[in-house]
Amino acid sequence: MSQISRQDDVPGCPIPSENDRERITLAYGEGGRLSRRMIRERILTRFSNDQLNQLGDAALLTTDSRQLAFSTDGYTVTPLFFPGGDIGKLAVFGTSNDLAVSGAIPRWLSLSLIIEEGLPWSVLDRVLDSIQAAAAVAKVSIVTGDTKVVPHGAADKLFITTSGVGEIREPAPPGPRSLQPDDVLIVSGPIGCHGAAILCAREKFDFDPLPNSDCASLIQPLISLYAARLTPRAVRDATRGGAAAVLQEWADASGLTCIINESAIPVADGVRGVCELLGLDPLNFANEGTFVLATPPELVESTLNLLRQHAVTNQAAVIGRVKPRQNNPVLVVRGIGREVVLDEPSGSPLPRIC
Amino acid sequence: MKFVDEYRDPTRLKIQLAELRKMITRRWVIMDVCGGQTHGLLRHGIEQELEDVLDLVHGPGCPVCVTPAEAIDDAVELANRPDVIMTSFGDMLRVPGRRGSLLQARARGADIRIVYSPADSVQLAVREPEKQVIFFAVGFESTAPATALAVLQARQLGLKNFSLLANHVRVEPAMRAVMQLPGNRIQGMLAAGHVCTVTGYAHYSEFVNQFRVPVVVTGFEPMDLLAGLTRSVQLLESGEPQLCNEYSRSAQPEGNLHAQRLIDEVYCVATVPWRGFREIADGGLVMRPALQDFDARSRFGLAEALLSSDGECRSGDVMTGRIKPIECPLFGNACTPETPVGAPMVSSEGACSAYFRYARPIEVRT
Repeated sequence: MSQISRQDDVPGCPIPSENDRERITLAYGEGGRLSRRMIRERILTRFSNDQLNQLGDAALLTTDSRQLAFSTDGYTVTPLFFPGGDIGKLAVFGTSNDLAVSGAIPRWLSLSLIIEEGLPWSVLDRVLDSIQAAAAVAKVSIVTGDTKVVPHGAADKLFITTSGVGEIREPAPPGPRSLQPDDVLIVSGPIGCHGAAILCAREKFDFDPLPNSDCASLIQPLISLYAARLTPRAVRDATRGGAAAVLQEWADASGLTCIINESAIPVADGVRGVCELLGLDPLNFANEGTFVLATPPELVESTLNLLRQHAVTNQAAVIGRVKPRQNNPVLVVRGIGREVVLDEPSGSPLPRIC
Repeated sequence: MKFVDEYRDPTRLKIQLAELRKMITRRWVIMDVCGGQTHGLLRHGIEQELEDVLDLVHGPGCPVCVTPAEAIDDAVELANRPDVIMTSFGDMLRVPGRRGSLLQARARGADIRIVYSPADSVQLAVREPEKQVIFFAVGFESTAPATALAVLQARQLGLKNFSLLANHVRVEPAMRAVMQLPGNRIQGMLAAGHVCTVTGYAHYSEFVNQFRVPVVVTGFEPMDLLAGLTRSVQLLESGEPQLCNEYSRSAQPEGNLHAQRLIDEVYCVATVPWRGFREIADGGLVMRPALQDFDARSRFGLAEALLSSDGECRSGDVMTGRIKPIECPLFGNACTPETPVGAPMVSSEGACSAYFRYARPIEVRT
């Protein structure tokens, strides 16, 4: 690649110089000296801990918990940086949130980087800094990992996979099969922010205000719910598919119907604007720091009080109820007061023509 | 949110709905012409709320739905050429032609991109001088000014690599075609508010005189839709076929003259094929011969599309109000939003899709 700085190259040598200071070359993925150097200089400096420093094939974990939670997720977001977050923050919070909604305290993460040849070092460093900051917030250690560099075009700049292990200390939410009629549905904050932010960043829409991703750690509010014996029947972070997908899944799993009230659902003005203009529904937009939970009616007030003490969930709101199964799995009450079927989109939401 | 919340206010909606119901003495048959109105009526539960007293029929006003399969075949064929970047609006990509949809062509490697404005395609052509950028232009008079502007921009920039595959259609001739169908039952029409914003609505007085049905220019929010229906019922009950405007915050009698001039500069009126009608006299807009350098059909030597049969799909009957979507034998069985047979199941504005999304009864699991 012409952009790669080669002024220090030895003529005829196929391996780019290790003094290549601007961009990552394939040689850094070959497992040799350059790979080790990248890990030493860029990974260990940021994520140093006893397990990772061993650089073994696997990290050895010690725990007193009788039950562990294990989760994995791949992150391929474009663009890598967007208002409110970036792929690194997403990779840490995404996987640790998955553990937290499953009732676990996230402890250990693996970090696998697939880097496209030619990615500027400055981009990688910025993402790694973000991972470091997010891991500190989530109180998780990166204990094992992998790096690959693939030829130009074989990946889109940077893909990250994180797997996480968490410890179950309190009884975990039993899950959507345990839902009962009259359970109350709560969202932890305004919905659709991440999906709207990514759409605007990807398409370079210049909305004012520009939507910000909600990318955040949900561990603290969830752990305090479990510790206060306010464990909900089910919790899901409403990522891809949005809050609508969570409700559809819960209705399917429980054989009940979820009924929500559109006017009760918190939506940021910027997100509403994007949705109104493009003919999209915030219920279908991804979230990265917002969960849906179902809890028995008698726990609703304490649950809301507790959630509102945490900045990330201080706009938590009741959005609906679980009811005995009706003709349709998910119903939404809009302005006129009639229950209407909530649409489940096929594929990604496509903007309407007019 | 301003301009939205006041038109969705539950208290006002309920009052308006009660007033409307009080007025109705007969089961009037009223057609909404625009897909956006169909969507709004079902999404907000207005149609379901009124189904015992009014017969609401959904007309041919979804631009995606009326685009003939042959036009999509043309788009797919052009998109498959190695030097072409095909661009279009999002929901156009899912519409099946006879040889698959643009989305399927993209999965097979064609370079097809969703844009949010035809001007984005012009910019793409500037950035990619080695490629031929085509905008697959569909829509009524409400989208035509934007595609016309794109052509004029491309001409001003001297671009040799931008063209339109234009399939614009016109609302009023389609409304006439519906009224002239054998067995037509339509007693009142809600005219499409956004198209009227561009074209004006004064010319509908001739339509009202000819067919003796009230035409009410109507918007898209729940309050707009109820206002349009209320006015229509009022005119029907008093036996006064008149032209009224219930969308005055946007539509004016003379319309947007600047937008009309843009359309006129780039397009001329022509008789074109329509899904469900075979063809409609003066039903479309084709590019003026002087601009043939920007006309993809002329640049790439495509023949004019000829219509073939839609098979068992009864989308024509749906769009012309002869049947409700659920009366089609394919609805919900062979034809769903995931596997659409006819275009009205594809676009979120299509009548079949709107029925599937918001009104479909599904089996109760026990």
